[in-house]
This record gives sequence, structure tokens and C-alpha cells, in this order.
Amino acid sequence: MNDGNYNDACSRITLRVNGAAKQLDVSPWTTLLDALREQLHLTGTKKGCDHGQCGACTVLVDGRRSNSCLSLAIMRDGAEVTTIEGLAEGQALHPLQQAFIDHDAFQCGYCTPGQICSAVGLIREGRARTPDEIRELMSGNICRCGAYPQIVAAIEQAMGHEEGR
Amino acid sequence: MTTHVGERVSRVDGRAKVTGKARYAAEHAAPDLVHGFVIGSAVARGTITRIDASQALALPGVLQVFTHENAPRLARGDKRWRDELAPPGSPFRPLQDAEIRWSGQPIALVVADSLELARHAASLVRVEVAPAPHETDLEAHRERAYKPPPHERPSVTPPSRGSADKAFARAPVRVQAEYRVPVEHHNPMEPFATTVVVDEDGTLTVYDKTQGVQNVQSYLTTIFGAEAGEIRVLAPFVGGAFGSGLRPQYQVVLAVLAARQLQRSVRVALTRQQMFTIGHRPTTWQRLSLAATRDGALAAAIHEAVAETSRFEDYSETVVDWTGLMYRCDNVRFAHEVVALDLFTPMDMRAPGAMWGVYALECAMDELAVALAVDPLELRLINYAEHDGNEKRPYSSKELRACYHQAAERFGWSQRDPEPRSMRDGDLLVGWGMATGAWESTQRKASARAVLTADGRLAVASATEDIGTGTYTAMTQIAADALGLPLERVTFKLGDSALASAPVEGGSFTVASVGSAVDAVCRELRSKLLKLAQQLEGSPLARLRPEDVEFIGGLLRARADPSRALTFAEVLHRAGIDHLADEVTTRPSKAHEKYSRYTHSAAFAEVKVDPELGTIRVTRVVTAIAGGRVINPKTAESQVIGSVVWGIGAALQEHSVIDHALGRFITHNLADYHVPVHADVPDIEVILVEERDEIVNALGAKGLGEIGVVAVAPAIANAVWHATGKRIRELPITLDKLL
Repeated sequence: MNDGNYNDACSRITLRVNGAAKQLDVSPWTTLLDALREQLHLTGTKKGCDHGQCGACTVLVDGRRSNSCLSLAIMRDGAEVTTIEGLAEGQALHPLQQAFIDHDAFQCGYCTPGQICSAVGLIREGRARTPDEIRELMSGNICRCGAYPQIVAAIEQAMGHEEGR
Repeated sequence: MTTHVGERVSRVDGRAKVTGKARYAAEHAAPDLVHGFVIGSAVARGTITRIDASQALALPGVLQVFTHENAPRLARGDKRWRDELAPPGSPFRPLQDAEIRWSGQPIALVVADSLELARHAASLVRVEVAPAPHETDLEAHRERAYKPPPHERPSVTPPSRGSADKAFARAPVRVQAEYRVPVEHHNPMEPFATTVVVDEDGTLTVYDKTQGVQNVQSYLTTIFGAEAGEIRVLAPFVGGAFGSGLRPQYQVVLAVLAARQLQRSVRVALTRQQMFTIGHRPTTWQRLSLAATRDGALAAAIHEAVAETSRFEDYSETVVDWTGLMYRCDNVRFAHEVVALDLFTPMDMRAPGAMWGVYALECAMDELAVALAVDPLELRLINYAEHDGNEKRPYSSKELRACYHQAAERFGWSQRDPEPRSMRDGDLLVGWGMATGAWESTQRKASARAVLTADGRLAVASATEDIGTGTYTAMTQIAADALGLPLERVTFKLGDSALASAPVEGGSFTVASVGSAVDAVCRELRSKLLKLAQQLEGSPLARLRPEDVEFIGGLLRARADPSRALTFAEVLHRAGIDHLADEVTTRPSKAHEKYSRYTHSAAFAEVKVDPELGTIRVTRVVTAIAGGRVINPKTAESQVIGSVVWGIGAALQEHSVIDHALGRFITHNLADYHVPVHADVPDIEVILVEERDEIVNALGAKGLGEIGVVAVAPAIANAVWHATGKRIRELPITLDKLL
């Protein structure tokens, strides 16, 4: 590494974040997570481990759930990124956001944005049909407060909502 | 009349949390913010002989590398470094000397204009250390155990009673076993972090991850010798803590130190790896000796424990007391000692002491039931304690029998075949186990301030926290009911050291303490408002007694004649004032001294074990809790469900493994330190048993943050025995121990 030019190694990228194009100057080693939090001040996406082990940083990249701490921002040039801040439509909460409130599917709230984004991706994948399948496919998102049963109930409620559409 | 207390109210901060708007310590913005990255020691004990930061400092954008050589000397003397919860000893002082006391101890802080640069620069700092031999193995050093000086309440192990050793030797039925439990780390999802904002007038606004804004504020003010009012600490949202935020953590000292030296706003966030360099639940060795008459009455109970502490502080927990408290027994002996190791000082972690002490007791009770050929639940009922045998006084309330009966019935306990390996589900062995739990119910001095404004809105505030516990919501409910207001007209503010005094958010005492103050201050406003209303010319409420006036929907109204009413706004307007305010401090009542105050629980667990692979799954848990009046069953159940999840983790997964050659935790990430995930957690049924208690506090609430965890790990361990016939006396129970 050329230490003397550490700050000069930036590249300009464009991300479509929550529907709006954002130009960013990022270092090659800046993660998508840090770009969102530190540069775009979208702090709804959380840093829990920075190693892809907890899921708190889950966002939707081109519609698929992804640990934003495991991708470098520069790899996502041109991508569509949806964060927790982009799920509600105005004052109307996303059905999953409402279901999380209804079922008390969180306590401290720190893993919550990742759980909700992961659940959006899960429902879109269409692979989970039973509570056991939801549990298995949500196991990348840790909740240390232990709200797991309520999270599963909230996802079931939102899945019902999707099907009812 | 509409009431909110006792209703399933959704969290008032829910919307902020599900939309990403709730900001945690590392998420507050500041102009020209710089980032600090902590360098931790790679050895467990030694002396720093040289630190060369020249390569790091040569990078453009690196502002400073703080070490013990260039950091300002802060307060002298142990006393000034002791925070509200410090155990006896000499608290750690970051960057104040060259000594290394544990692996991972912060030895430098690199400050740079970006997080990535600070992290990279940290890798370029060369540290030379003269290592010294370290000792981190509790078992290897048990001969060094000593009796720790008293900590806070319950400060000392209660006196032994009767003659336990003789009674044990004489009794017809005896069990004696050693139980081992590991170090656990709290691992809240939010890593510790601090953002210090340097305001234009030089004052510091410190956004910190903490369970006690005022504890951190007074600690910082003292160690930095700051002026009163120079430092304000805020924690409006805390991403879990479980005890790890009770004492100020080292990153807050480093962040404030850097901000003061550089006169720049600074953020310091720990990595997940560094979360294993702060306090932890101590590993503890225990021996339980229980003896009974043939009909199952306890004849003797001896509980011995040796736990770890650090070399510089005497941390101790209430481990053995439970054995003299939870069952009726005239011959009880306690022994509790600690061994000082080269690790950071342990710290309170959800139900500290009870977690391990009750685990060992409740497994030993299960072993005794087997030895007596008595049902484990029956054994508990035979020895049910109607009084606190340690303190020799009655309980303020104890609905434990109802817990046993309701949970056992829901679980179907009567269908249990007592024979181990007798129940199957296909190829899987099925085991059913149960255990009892207890936790203390306390109230601390606390204050709250309330302001009722002319628009009929009520703002209440206290310097407490909401670490996920539901404080915002419970306090809003209590305040709304005291003044008969709808919830949406009440706001509750917390997490600001400038607010009315409150204790740290811990010990399951927040509702009892802060809730009492909130209730009292709102009742005070209610009296004032009524007095004002009755003084108005031609008042429709004149001469009515207070009990003949109801407060409902923002109205004062005569109970006998609803047409005689005034709105709060009218009263203030006609009285010519724009608001009513008051601050009230509440304290535990004198009655506390005459009664023992505890919450109780019973947990029943089902496990399924693969006999070929040794894999264990918890498939069902039913737990009943007697915790006094429940302010909000919705959030209360969540607390208990979360506690059960913690019990599953403790029983089967959590283990901070120390490499004693290196003297450090090697499972320092969430891939190696296993906590329960979705797939590990079955349906959990929570029963909140009705329990009236007029002694604990005016609200009758006893606290629910910890009681839910206490009985779960032993219930699961007992279920594993029932499934397999193997008694694993070391947590976590992993498949290697079963095979």
C-alpha cells in the first residue's frame, strides 16, 4: 500500500440509494456499510460485527438481501440499494415495519433494521412457507435481546399481508 | 375510565426503531468529526517498553496517537476513578501508565480524519513489551482463593446456620457434585461507542452507550477535573447492554481525552473483537452438597463457590445465598471466595450471581430428587420456603406455588415418565426438566420532573435509560394514568444526564424506582391542578373532596355529575398560568426492612437429543413468573422471552474460551462465541402470574428484567439428563460432552 497517498486513492461511484442517485468518493477499502453510515449518514443500517456474522447491516442490493459490511462500496457502483430508511412510503410504514411494532418484535432496536430488511428479502425469495423455514432462513440475523418468536410472528403476519394483496 | 397500566401497549419508541431513525451512540453527527481507533495489548501481563507511532503519524490525515507517554495525567487516587458501581480496588485508568494488566487492554488511541485511516494507522504502530508471566486459569489457581471484601448489597454472604456438615454426614439421602460454568460475554448487538461533540463554548456533549448517563457524567467530570456543567452525557437509545453498560467503559475515557486534547469532535467505536476486552460474567466453580430425610425434607445444604476477579478489583456476586433462601432448611453452610486473575474485572451480566448459583442449586435439587425417587417438582413443594431463612423474615409476596402449578399444567408435566431415556420422538430422545428461579426486587432513590402545559400535554423526564427494556413505554403509561391523559398527550424523556436524578438502568429496579417517581410527580401535579381548579371563580368543582373528582381524558370531572367538568387547559388558562411543573424524589419505604423482596419463577423445558450425534435441541419452554404488578404485559412478555433465549444460550452454547498460554479469549467474534439464532429458539410460553404486593413500592411492580433467565439453564440441563441419563455438570452442554 502507498501510505503517503492513503487519502488520494478515492474513486467516484454512484449508488441509487432508496430511489435517489448518490455520488460518493470512496476508498477501495470502504465498505458499503461505512459508506452508508459515515458518508450518507444513513445510520439506520447498523454495524454489529463488521464480519458478516450478525446481520445487523443487512440491506437490499438490487432487491436481494446482503450484508453491507461484507461488500466494498466500490463493488456496488451503479447498484440499487434499499435501506431501512427507504421502506416506508411517506408516513405509511411498510407492512413488516408495522408487524414488528404489533408483535413487539424488538427490544433495543439495534438488530431491527437488519431483521426487517432481511425479512423483505426473505419474502421476496418466496422460499419460506412455514415458521421453521422462516427460522432457518432468518438465522443470519442475530437478536441478542432474544425477540425471535415475535420476529417470526411478525414475518408471518407480513407474509399473510403479501398473499392477501 | 381508560387506564393504560396493565394494557398491551405497543412501544412508544417503536416507530423510531423500525424506521432507522433511532440514533445510537456512534450515530450522532458533528462537524469535522474525527475517528479514534483503539489499539489493545497483545499480551496479558507486562510493561510497555517502547511505542513507535512515527509511521502512523506520518500519514496525512492522522492527527495523533495517544499513548501513556503523551496522554494527559488524569485524576490521582483510586477514589476519584471509582464510578457508582465500582467494586473495591483500584479501577483501571486508560493510558495512565506502562503496565499491562490483561490481554486487549487499550494501550493507544489513533485519531484520524476517517475511520478507515485510523484503523490502518493503528496497524502501523509498533509496540514493544516486556512480558511478565500471567495466570488466567481459575481451576489451576483455586488455592489462591480468598474471601472478597463486601461489594454492594447484598454485601456479604449471609451467616451459615445450624450445623450443616454434621447434618449432611448423618442424613440418609445425600448428593454432592461439582458444577463448572464458563466465562460469558454480554455481546449486546451495538458495540460500545462514544461520540463526543465539542460545542462552540468548549462544553462536551457525550453520546455514550451506557446504562447510566449520570454515572458516566460524574465519573468523567471527576477524572478529567472538569467544571460542573462542562460535560453532558446522552444516551437516548442503547442497543442492548445486559449489564455491560453499568460502569463507564474505556472508550468513553479515550474519546473524551482525545476531544479535549484536540478540541475536535471525536468518535470511538469498539470492534466486536474488542467487545471481548471489557467485562464479562465470571467463570465460577461450585460444589453443592444436599442431604434429605427419606421423605424428602432438606436436612443440610452446603454451597461453596470460587469465582474469578481481576488483579486490581475485587468483583464478587451473590452466588451461594440462593441455597439458603429458596428452600426451607435449618442446616446451611455458605462459602464464597474469589481468585484474582490477569483478566479484566468481571461485571454484572443479566442476573449476576443467581445465573450460576441457582443453576448449580437447581441441578443438585434434580439430582436429589432422583436419589430420593421423588418427582423434581414434588421435591420443591416439600421444601417450599414460606419465609426467607437467610434474613429470618417474611416475603413481601411470593406466588411461586402458582408459578409451579400453572406452568406445570400448561407444560403437561404430569405426563412425564421419571425414568431417563424413557421418552422418545422417533429416533430422538426426549427429556423434560424443570427448575425454580428467584431474583431480588429492589427500589432505589429516584427523581422525576413533570410539566403540564396549557395545551393539555404532559412532559415527564428522568435520567434513566431504555436499553430495550421498554422504559419509555412503561413510564408513559404510568404518567398517563396518574393524570388521566391519553398516551399520545404524554411524552417521557430519558438518557440525558441533565435530567432529574435516576439510578443506573439495571438490577430490574427501573420500574420500581423511576416508575415510583414518575407516578408520584404526576400525582403531585394532579393535586395542584385540582387545587387550582377549585380556586377558580364559580368553579364547578368547588368544595368537592379529591376522591370525588376524576381525571379522565384531560378533564377534571365530578364523579357524581359528569356535567361538572373542566379541561386541564381551561384550568391553566383561567388561573392565568401557562404551565404547572414539579419534581419529586421517591425512596424505598421503611417497610422494606421488615420483608424480603424477591421475584420468583418456574421453568419447564423439553429437549430432543439425537443419540447418535449428541445434538441437543430445545423444543419447548414454558415459564411462569411472579413479579408483582405488570405495567405492560406486551413488553414484559418480551423481556421474559428474551431471558429464556439467554437461558438456552447459557445451557447449550455460550462459552468465552481462554487460551491460557496466551491469556486471552480466542472465541472473540460471533462465529466462535455462539449465541442463539432464530433456528435455535422454539415456541416459548410465558405465564405472568398474578401477584399483589403492597410493600415493594406504590406501583406494586417488582421488576422483570432478570427473573426470566434464572431457571432456564438448569431446567434445560435437567431435561438433558432426563433425555440421556447423562449428568453433564459443566456448561455449556455441547455434543462432545454427551458422546
